[in-house]
Amino acid sequence: MKVDRLACLYCGVCVGSCPVGAITLYDTWIEFNDRCTGCGICVRACPVGAIATEGDE
Amino acid sequence: MRYECDLLVIGSGPGGSTAARFAAERGLEVLLVEKRQEVGSPVRCGEGISKIWLDEIGIQPDRRWIAQEIDGARIISPSGHVLILDASRAGNETGYVIERDVFDRHLAIRALRSGAEMWMKAMAVGAEFKGGLVRSVHVKCLGNHIQVVPKVVIAADGFESQCACWFGINTRLNPKDIESCLQYRLVGIEMDERYNDFYLGSFAPGGYVWVFSKGDGEANVGIGVQVAKIGSAGEVKRLLDAFISAHPDLERGRPIAIVAGGVSVCAPLNRVSKGNAMLVGDAARQVDPLTGGGVANACRAGRHAGLVAADMVESDAWKDRESAEKWASEYERRWRAELEGHLIRNYVAKEKASQLTDETFDKIVLALQEVEIDRITTIDLLMAIKKRYPDVLQDLEGLL
Repeated sequence: MKVDRLACLYCGVCVGSCPVGAITLYDTWIEFNDRCTGCGICVRACPVGAIATEGDE
Repeated sequence: MRYECDLLVIGSGPGGSTAARFAAERGLEVLLVEKRQEVGSPVRCGEGISKIWLDEIGIQPDRRWIAQEIDGARIISPSGHVLILDASRAGNETGYVIERDVFDRHLAIRALRSGAEMWMKAMAVGAEFKGGLVRSVHVKCLGNHIQVVPKVVIAADGFESQCACWFGINTRLNPKDIESCLQYRLVGIEMDERYNDFYLGSFAPGGYVWVFSKGDGEANVGIGVQVAKIGSAGEVKRLLDAFISAHPDLERGRPIAIVAGGVSVCAPLNRVSKGNAMLVGDAARQVDPLTGGGVANACRAGRHAGLVAADMVESDAWKDRESAEKWASEYERRWRAELEGHLIRNYVAKEKASQLTDETFDKIVLALQEVEIDRITTIDLLMAIKKRYPDVLQDLEGLL
């Protein structure tokens, strides 16, 4: 997953929506770990569309 | 570095600060850790709260965090029919729109005045859980790695909680039980400032739009959308922008803040504690599933958790799994006695409401306009609808 860090509001919607706990929200920084399956729930859940599947524009 | 304390509270939102305060008042050595650099900021909240619970938590209304006093709520159906819930109907709908960052700092200051210790820019990054008890929590504080060794842990780390997972408590959410929310704080809009407005309809799939006045022509205008009903990236923002564009009164407003956040709208979890660890507030999914309101329940649960933590420490129950479990069960018993019935009822109502069509919302609001209702209970609602629109009733089957 690819996060547009200039669009991200660091709100944590993606973290709580991730079915496998693959995302961590630091103070102003989002990190994906290798548990990510690329399911794309976070892409839709993000209120401002700041997350994209790797490779997508 | 190693740091010992009686109670570690993770997160200085309303739940964490309230837990820390009640435990510190009982004489516990409390450490409160906050991952952000400032308590309460940035705000992630619609900022509407009701009044009735403040007293039980020992919070005096204070003009420093009250933006606007609210006489009631208006429920607005898709076609624009309005149902007013105020002191004469539905009783306890009066409340405040608050400055949430100031409010959170007020609660944190209360905890510190009671003797709690606070670390800022301090994030819990992992925990050791052995023999059914949390033995230590790893905290990164301004670059330093500190092993905190507490007797009891309260995790109040919010919607995006990580602690639950470390403690072996399952708080994962189904996409239909999550609202993705976006809000603008708008200035320069005209509205009736005495009411908080809730707009229902298909423009907010599985959620609603709110307009909460902050006074002086300022308002929080936000949307919550059920994650399961979101079709594509960026849809929540597009839906909010479309709603504002369709309402000339709001369209005139200009934003001075953009706020986002996730809200759980699930049924109460089976367990939110384990041994010497307790979850509180959004981390424990104690949010009202119908309104998405979390502050009041977090404070209520925080109080119970803080007091049970004191009991656990005073009785040395934290030392072994069996005794700790007994107190953890006591925390479960206390918060459920106060909140669970309401959470279950509102969860059922939310499940129903998220399936209703715009036409049905219109009929429900029209039916309720016509009846005298002192307190809007589920049964009052069903009776009113049965009288006016018997056909709608089958949509609501199961609400009893």
